[in-house]
Amino acid sequence: MMIDLKNLTIEKAHASLKNGEYTCLELVEEYLKVIGEKNKELNAYLEVYDDVIRQAEEAEKKFKNGSATKMTGIPIAIKDNILVGGKIVSAGSKILENYRASYDATVVKILKKEGAILLGRTNMDEFAMGSSTQTSYYGVSRNPYDPSRVPGGSSGGSAIAVAADMALTALGTETCGSVRQPSAFCGLVGLKPTYGALSRHGIIAMGNSLDQVSPFGKTVRDVEIVFNTLSLHDPEDSTSVPEDLRNPSRSNLKQKIGVPWHLFEEGVEKTVLENFKQSIEKLASVGFEIVDIKLPYSKYSLATYYIIMPAEVSTNLSRFDGIRYGYSHKGETLEEVYKKSRGEGFGREARRRILLGTYVLSYGYYDAYYNKAVKVRRKIADEIVKAYERVDLIATPTAPTLPFKLGEKLDDPVAMYLSDIFSAPANLSGVPSLALPSGKTSEGLPHSIQFMAPHFAEDSLFQIGKQFEKIKN
Amino acid sequence: MDIKDVENLAELARIELPETEKEQILKDMKGILDYVKQIESVKVPTDGIVGIPTLGSVGIHNAWREDGLEAREFSRDLIVSQFPDSQDGFLKVKKIL
Repeated sequence: MMIDLKNLTIEKAHASLKNGEYTCLELVEEYLKVIGEKNKELNAYLEVYDDVIRQAEEAEKKFKNGSATKMTGIPIAIKDNILVGGKIVSAGSKILENYRASYDATVVKILKKEGAILLGRTNMDEFAMGSSTQTSYYGVSRNPYDPSRVPGGSSGGSAIAVAADMALTALGTETCGSVRQPSAFCGLVGLKPTYGALSRHGIIAMGNSLDQVSPFGKTVRDVEIVFNTLSLHDPEDSTSVPEDLRNPSRSNLKQKIGVPWHLFEEGVEKTVLENFKQSIEKLASVGFEIVDIKLPYSKYSLATYYIIMPAEVSTNLSRFDGIRYGYSHKGETLEEVYKKSRGEGFGREARRRILLGTYVLSYGYYDAYYNKAVKVRRKIADEIVKAYERVDLIATPTAPTLPFKLGEKLDDPVAMYLSDIFSAPANLSGVPSLALPSGKTSEGLPHSIQFMAPHFAEDSLFQIGKQFEKIKN
Repeated sequence: MDIKDVENLAELARIELPETEKEQILKDMKGILDYVKQIESVKVPTDGIVGIPTLGSVGIHNAWREDGLEAREFSRDLIVSQFPDSQDGFLKVKKIL
């Protein structure tokens, strides 16, 4: 049995599974074969689950008894910070090396109910802290387009899995670009949904006010299907938005795209900017009106993010203390258990961010840093929401650079953080954003463009995304 | 910021830092603070709404539920079996007094 995985989509797979062209088991075995060939080099998966075959058999039953849905039998990869009951979930950290989840994250529960096949857990920057999947305790991951380059991050493993045909689709999480930026680096479509659209219950938190589960796919339609499957109100997550408070999605594709050109004046690689301009010209040539917009506060997005996020990190990661689960250093006193467990269990980036968060929240600095950042964040959100009075969507390059070489930027945290400069506004303001391929360089490296839409207007993103897929070449 | 500050923060965060790493962390933190301090110069009008936009702007203000017992799906055994130290099914910690 040979299945063309490269051009496979969720709907094509669904049709084939339904008409009996191949079975769920045969489909899964194709993916397992590719994983066997490629995972050693690319390090996408930290673990392939031992019950994949059984899951495939269960999914097949749904096709037999007529209860199959679009996601039934679809092989999906799961980022290692999303709880799957009974399985190890390590968040790419030594401190959770042997931690087994005691329940399913809500998104996992939904996937299981639909009969999707959870292939395994994927590599990530430790606690999702990074933009290159190099801070994982379990080794670096590599870009399938050029293994000497990074796949982006923090959800690098999930991106590679989809890009290298080791999964049909995948879940990552975003706090600031952790799905859109690896989508850009691996030539994929990635959606950061509206904050509150997908449940965060059972997700290992980094920055609670920013985190969102975010899907990867090869096509806009695939990402749309995964989003629609998972976008449900969850009473277990107090920030999950009840359906009746979600704005009705827009059904007609509007014609105005805002571009905040002033944000790209510096720090963007020439070829990236060139490609972005070409994409904008293509959109203009099919009838979109391109409007130059100013977002003066958004210029401070990344600085704001690097105050708010570490503050939330220092709070969230205080639960990992060697007492109830995870890595524990047997000490003489309670204090020694805490300090040694955390000192030895957390990697360098995690330690750095915890200390930074402790600093910006500490007496004497709180007002100057954290409090100020919260105020600026509000202004960023307000100006983005206001921009939608004039335009229907906002477009920017997804990332300011092409995929960089392994090892690069590792010793310069600020240079690494700048990878997410165009990601931050959507996470800080909670609006949805879609990254999608916009061509390739002469060396074959992927380019990417991203669109932002108003809260809960994911449908507008899917519409423009599908249209852009048609005109990009 | 100096080494003493780094040590103090590590103490507050209950993290033991290797001696060799303190200088590096100090350097990294200086670099990051240097970058983020640009927000000091941002003028923010004192009027208007403050607070976290991702929560307020979509209409959730408080998410409450009745204060009653509800069944939860989790494995008690799996939780207990992962205690680093335990006795008779209870979590055991070093004495705190």
